[in-house]
Amino acid sequence: MSKYDKMVTNTAGREVPTVVNGKPATPYMGIGKYKPTGRKTAPPIVSCADYPADGNKVVASLTEALIKCGIKDGMTISTHHHFRNGDLVAVPIFDSAKEMGIKDLMWFPSASFPCHEPLIKYLEDGTIHHIEGSMNGALGRFTSEGKMKGLGVLRSHGGRYQAVQDGDVHVNIAVIAAPSADSFGNANGVNGPAACGLLGFALADSQYADKVIIVTDNLVPFPCIPWQIQGNYVDYVVVLDQIGIPEMIISGTTEITKSPDRLLLAEWSAQFCDEAGLIYDGFSFQAGAGGTSLSIGIYFANILRERGWKARFARGGSNKYLVKMLEEGLVDYILDGQTFDLEGVRSMRDNPAHVNTSPFTSYNYHGKGNFSSLIDVVILGATEVDVNFNANVVTHSDGLLLHGIGGWQNCLFGKTVILPIPLFRDRIPVIRNEVTTLCAPGELIDVIVTERGIAINPRRTDLIEKMKKSSLPIRTIEELKEEAEKICGVPEKPKLTDEIVAVIKWVDGTILDSVYKVDK
Amino acid sequence: MGELVFTGNKGVGVRSDCFVSLELTSGGGIRLALDSKVDVMFGNSIRKEIHGILDHFNIKDAFVTVEDSGALPFVIAARLEAAINKAIAGEKEFIIPMLNENQYVTSKDRNRFSRLYLPGNTPSLMINAGIHRPNGIILDLEDAVAPDKKDEARYLVRNALRGVDFYGAERMVRINQGERGLADLDFIVPHNVNLILLPKCEHPEQVHAVNARIREIGQHREQLNPIWIMPIIESAMGVINAFAIASSAENVVSLAIGLEDYTADIGTRRTAEGSESFFARSMVVNAARAAGIQPIDSVFSDVADMDGLAENVRRSKALGFDGMGCIHPRQIRVIHETFAPAKEEIEKAKKIVNAYHEAEAKGLGVVALGSKMIDPPVVRRALNTIQLAIKMDKLEQNWRESNE
Repeated sequence: MSKYDKMVTNTAGREVPTVVNGKPATPYMGIGKYKPTGRKTAPPIVSCADYPADGNKVVASLTEALIKCGIKDGMTISTHHHFRNGDLVAVPIFDSAKEMGIKDLMWFPSASFPCHEPLIKYLEDGTIHHIEGSMNGALGRFTSEGKMKGLGVLRSHGGRYQAVQDGDVHVNIAVIAAPSADSFGNANGVNGPAACGLLGFALADSQYADKVIIVTDNLVPFPCIPWQIQGNYVDYVVVLDQIGIPEMIISGTTEITKSPDRLLLAEWSAQFCDEAGLIYDGFSFQAGAGGTSLSIGIYFANILRERGWKARFARGGSNKYLVKMLEEGLVDYILDGQTFDLEGVRSMRDNPAHVNTSPFTSYNYHGKGNFSSLIDVVILGATEVDVNFNANVVTHSDGLLLHGIGGWQNCLFGKTVILPIPLFRDRIPVIRNEVTTLCAPGELIDVIVTERGIAINPRRTDLIEKMKKSSLPIRTIEELKEEAEKICGVPEKPKLTDEIVAVIKWVDGTILDSVYKVDK
Repeated sequence: MGELVFTGNKGVGVRSDCFVSLELTSGGGIRLALDSKVDVMFGNSIRKEIHGILDHFNIKDAFVTVEDSGALPFVIAARLEAAINKAIAGEKEFIIPMLNENQYVTSKDRNRFSRLYLPGNTPSLMINAGIHRPNGIILDLEDAVAPDKKDEARYLVRNALRGVDFYGAERMVRINQGERGLADLDFIVPHNVNLILLPKCEHPEQVHAVNARIREIGQHREQLNPIWIMPIIESAMGVINAFAIASSAENVVSLAIGLEDYTADIGTRRTAEGSESFFARSMVVNAARAAGIQPIDSVFSDVADMDGLAENVRRSKALGFDGMGCIHPRQIRVIHETFAPAKEEIEKAKKIVNAYHEAEAKGLGVVALGSKMIDPPVVRRALNTIQLAIKMDKLEQNWRESNE
């Protein structure tokens, strides 16, 4: 089986394969243009007669559970990233598979982290065939160098739900790490030593996988309340000594930035929103995890407090700053997709206004709407932006694949999308003639805020009109690019081969772009 | 064979800089080893730059290694030239183009609320300094540079004066004390430095020595823009001679105080409340005012404490200071906002200025507000307040018309 075949040029002008890992794939057609047909996929019908009447699904080990699930060559095994860099579950699955001599597995994580670097040896020895998910850090480098046997497939969080729901990806065995679970398989993320908040990323897998294993280090007597994952979907429960490292579960990127340059970006972004009339009593915003994004939240809070206003809801990753806003009454609800610190976990556990959400409610494009298009202000990052406002979030300008897409693509559907980014990082200009990898069509990105000026997408004539009298430095994106090149010089294009190592899916499952092997 | 020389910085946390090692050889051509974080995008351009500079100095045979953490061209040039100067001392310089944006002249009485200190050997802090809009930036060759890095910092500061856009901030350099400080002038005077900070100033002669050296450098040049001097009073002797220093030359535009050194000199320690330096600060304010120049306060060193900073600025303003130093960009806004006229001040000044214009229109010699007579100094202060408020966007230029 070849990694990919039959290249075509898609609507965005990018060369993409129409066969990926042996399966047909649809090229990107434009925003909202691809109309899916048919019915959603479904897991097999099962009978209570085949499950213990006393509800006890505990088996002795992960290996036993995998065997009972019928693990065999070529299967797809999924895991989730709610423990971020503190995950102790994904690697042992493949240790077991290796021991059993299983080959050519497809790993389908919701995201990967540096702690997953040990899996490279299984990619090398054929235990794992390829990864469909985010390929961060060392795994990204491995992929970029063309060493993975299959083609990498990168999807957004919403795209992952869509792929499972639509049957694009058939999960044979889902392994869900749960900070708290009962022997029936009911599970949640708010209690236990590895408490991480919520388990939303695992929802699709619990609903659609053939077999579901819950792995916990905190088994409680039935019922495990709340049941964020319902035991009725679960086949086996495995108890381990430890499933996650608490201090690594709490992500390092969740402190507000101390960098004066980033604070300036945050301040200008908030001022922009204010002057453009995007902030009002009852508005909503996407709260990100990065330092700049967090700082913008603080500025939003100040504006709301000064005027006696409230946000109706904040969506996204929660942490102590957002929790403080909720508790101070500056926001009515947190619609949480990922909890970043213990304050977030506590709040989600104790406060009914702190609601756990999933990629289904927030992001799935093949649903009857989703929350992301309801949000007034969305703040995102990017590794590169081009003069047509297209953006890249997965590769660096030297062509290396180093990040996943996360919820980034899904959030682009917010009413106003703002990217606060430095004009250059060390010597590397962020605004290019053309992005190395296309992850977002420019028509969805409205404002680029840099420390040397703010560019508004020409499509947003309303924003341009509103900001005419602003004291903020409003410039064209070409002017910003020229300024960066004046300071840094004009960068050469990275040397890439014409061999593809991964593809970027759009939120509807079509292929938006290809990632090329770097020339060593 | 020459000796092996090093310049620049490398290691964890070093950004936008490079580390250069150079060894002149007696044959073999230029052997360049470049290890750059941005090799894919700028490797060729960096190699070209390095070869160009070596060629400029007529170096045909050498081992050169450059470990680059994303240095901009002006930094690479400074590091390499400093290394060449270590290997073969000479008069020749490698002068990068002067940005058009850096050709400006500053006025004697411009606002000097904030001046941001930038260590003279740390390029990463220079590049974005201007975007925070301080009134002035100080490229510091003195205390912020390690003794063994002082030579190479001169090249970096010179190149920054020419090649970094500080977005209209007054471009200042703090030179070293004594002879080294006078030698520093060769690297900054020809490059349109706007203001020189003179540390540990105790006698007018120190100002005269700097001016003499500036004139000497100027003799070989077409025409120098005016260069202002801000002496820093940092000792008991400096305080006692404050007026003589403040009035020592036409180009002395402000008098600053440095409290860390001063408190050490008088045998005490700096406190938050500051009674130990009350006399010195008042002396500096009075000496500067008597000489018709700006008194400028010391820095506030706790960069995390914005409330403490604001309190400090309020005290400083109350004592009569016109500005202070800052060591972190986040301090700039607090300093500007606190030094700026407060709302009530502006409102009061508007009334007085209106009364003054009415009196003038009616040909009255005396300004009155209601039944109260307004003294001329009060009117002058109100006019100043209004002018400042307009300058700082706190008041519209045409506020009197829009009022009517």
